[in-house]
Formats: sequence, C-alpha cells, structure tokens
Amino acid sequence: MTANSEGDRDPLFFRDRDWHPAAYTPGYKTSMTRAPFRPLVALGSTLSEETGPAFGQSMIGALDNNLILNFTGQPAIGERIILHGRVLDETGRGVPNVLVEIWQANAGGRYRHKKDGYLAPLDPNFGGCGRTLTGPDGSYEFLTVRPGAYPWPNRVNDWRPMHVHLSVFGSGFGQRLITQMYFEGDPLIARCPIVRTIGQEKAIEALVAPLDMNRAIPMDCLAYKFDVVLRGRRQSLFENRREGM
Amino acid sequence: MQPLDYLKETPSQTAGPFVHIGLTPNKLGIGGVYPQDLGDSPIREEAKGQQITIVGTVRDGAGMILRDALIESWQADAAGIYPGNDPRGAADPNVGGWARIIADFDTGEWVLKTIKPGAVPYPDGRMMAPHISLWIVARGINLGLQTRVHFEDEDNSACPVLGRIEHRDRVQTLIAKKTGPDNYRFDIVLQGENETVFFDI
Ligand SMILES: [Fe+2]
Repeated sequence: MTANSEGDRDPLFFRDRDWHPAAYTPGYKTSMTRAPFRPLVALGSTLSEETGPAFGQSMIGALDNNLILNFTGQPAIGERIILHGRVLDETGRGVPNVLVEIWQANAGGRYRHKKDGYLAPLDPNFGGCGRTLTGPDGSYEFLTVRPGAYPWPNRVNDWRPMHVHLSVFGSGFGQRLITQMYFEGDPLIARCPIVRTIGQEKAIEALVAPLDMNRAIPMDCLAYKFDVVLRGRRQSLFENRREGM
Repeated sequence: MQPLDYLKETPSQTAGPFVHIGLTPNKLGIGGVYPQDLGDSPIREEAKGQQITIVGTVRDGAGMILRDALIESWQADAAGIYPGNDPRGAADPNVGGWARIIADFDTGEWVLKTIKPGAVPYPDGRMMAPHISLWIVARGINLGLQTRVHFEDEDNSACPVLGRIEHRDRVQTLIAKKTGPDNYRFDIVLQGENETVFFDI
C-alpha cells in the first residue's frame, strides 16, 4: 500500500441520502428484507472514515483492465468497447491513484457464476472482471465487450439493462462506493426496478454513459464515457483542528 | 445568485448477487485473472498487538443468514494510528488496516483475523473506544451499510460515537461478544429485532 497525500484527510461532505436510492424499495423485492427499518445514527465523519486504504501500481497486472484478453489471453466475443472516464470528488478535483474494479456479464448477458443459470452460454474467453488505478488526473480506462441484457427473478418479466458494475475507492473509507453504469439509449433503463430504486430522474441520468466517438478507435472499438463522483472533503481554516495537524 | 458548482456524488446501486466476480474472483473459482484477491488479510504475521479472530453472520429481516454478503473492514493499528494518511504519523508497517471479508457460500459465516486496534480520537479530541469500521454490501442493499465493531472487554462507556446512540439498548448491537481469550462473535442483523445500528457518516 502507498501513502495518500496531505489534504486527503479533511472531513467528508455530508452524504445526500435523498439522491441515493432508499434502502427499502419494494419494486426491488430483495431490498424488502435487507433494508434496515431503524433510522441511521447520524455522525459527521471521523478519522475512521477520513482515512482509508491505498493501493499501489505494483498490485496491478498489465492486462487487468483488459477484459477482452485477461481471462485466457484469447479474445472474448462481443461488441468491443472502451469504457473510460474520471474519478472526481464533489469539488470537481480528479482523484488520483484510487482503485476502480469492474465486473459484468458477457456479451450474451451471462455471468461466470454458479448461481447464474441463464440460457445464454458462457464465453470460454471471458472472465468478467477488471481493475485499474486512476491516473494523476483521476482518469481510468478499460477495454471490454458490451454486456448483454439479462432476465432476473423479481417480477415475472424483469430484465436488467446492459450494465457494468463498478467499485470505487476514494482516499477515505467513508467515500467507498459501488454503483452500476448503463448505456445511452437502452430502453430497458427506464423499466428496471433496480434503476428505479433511485427517486430522482437527474440522479438516474448520472448513471448513463454516453457514446463517445472521440475515444472510439476506427475499425476497432466504440467508446463510452463514465465519470464517477465521490464525496468531497471540506476545507476550512475555521474547522476545529485536531491534535497533531 | 451565483451557482454552487459542486458535483453530486454518483448514486449508489446494489452490488448485486455476483459481486464476488469483481471483488474476490479467486474465491469464486475464477482463477487466472489476478494472482490473488485483494484484502485477504489486514495484517502481516509480525503486526504488533493482540491477534484476534472475529466470527459472525449477516442476517436479514426474515431471519435468513446471507450467503452473498461482502464486508470490508478498516481499522487502526494497536496504537490507534491509521495506515496511509493518518495526520498523526506512520502506522505499524505490518498493519494494512483493510480487509475484504466474504460470507461462506454454504454457511454464511464470515471470519476476520486481525489485531485489536487502539483507540482513535474523535474530531473534538475525546477518544473513541477501539473499533473496526465495517462496510456491508450484498444483493438487496442499495447503498453500502456502515457500522462498527466494538469489543466487550474494552471500556466503551466514554466513547463519543456510542454516546450518540439515543436508544441505549441498541448499543449492544455494536459490541462483539467475547467467546475465548482472543475470540469474538459479531452477528449483524439488517432488519427487525436486534437490528444492528448503522451510521449515516
Ligand atoms: Fe449485473
């Protein structure tokens, strides 16, 4: 692990919980027994959330961000895409050197998981996971195939839109975030009960990646851009300074 | 009026049932992509302090033990210093502080082998009782849940965070029970009777 820089220890912005999905969302049935019923105990961030793990480049392999090749070395089947963007915080600063991990179904909508029994076949050359560290400006990039939509047991005929799961670290444990990115123009987005756990239309839009022809590579792959925003950090001369700062 | 030009945090979505593909592929049997999963241990063997084992489960509102829960833990070293960016100095080099823990696919039990952390200051300088922060995700959890493990054999009476819990009978949901000289049990209840305290931090 490597050290984070100074300033990466200020108090965190408060989380806007009306922007995030609620815990109890009956349209997504599993949430009904897994949502806490008691109110959360409100607490400003402490050192325990302002600090967090850091990851070094030495942990990352050369093909880790290439899901087309990283399973067997032979190319996976599907529509080749670059998925790129930046990890920013709420003040708009890029967040460098943080770990971004992704996982997804293959081009047919099938996960490499014993609990996924969907009809679509496994691709022998697609594992379904990738990871990378953000650059100095917070940028990241993956090469993958566009995942297929797939049905899931919820209501009788629910389908997940095409999506990639993302797990992102900040410099503080309280910034930890898992989310999903969707693809511009997918008509299943508006019909998805998991998407609809989010109440505000603008928040849903923040999860939809636009096609980015500037980053497409002619005769090779298309590109989609997806920025991730983590909680910001509050800087004030008037903030109570802790011992040792 | 001028606009406030802050960005909004990216909204959370559930980790879903297949989170292990992304975060612990080797434990799922997807070998060959990464040499090993990240976060297998928060410490090295030589870490200073009392080596402890915490065992627990995550249970839902219907009393079912989750087999798909994934937990991450973050803690200070035995002296109460966080690795990496703690403003008070460098932590024990044998303490990474972070672990990724998964419920057993068959029994749902999870295990964390670590060292007991030291007390850490609250922003006003009072000391928070020794604790390990947990972040819990799974299918059906729309936004990762934040809680803390405290220890039955520590003095938790003056902890400013535990002191914020209005319903005093709920404090015990954050206290790991001692089951042996170096062993603790910490069962997490997502909903209903004995529901664990979760924080909005
Ligand atoms: Fe998925």
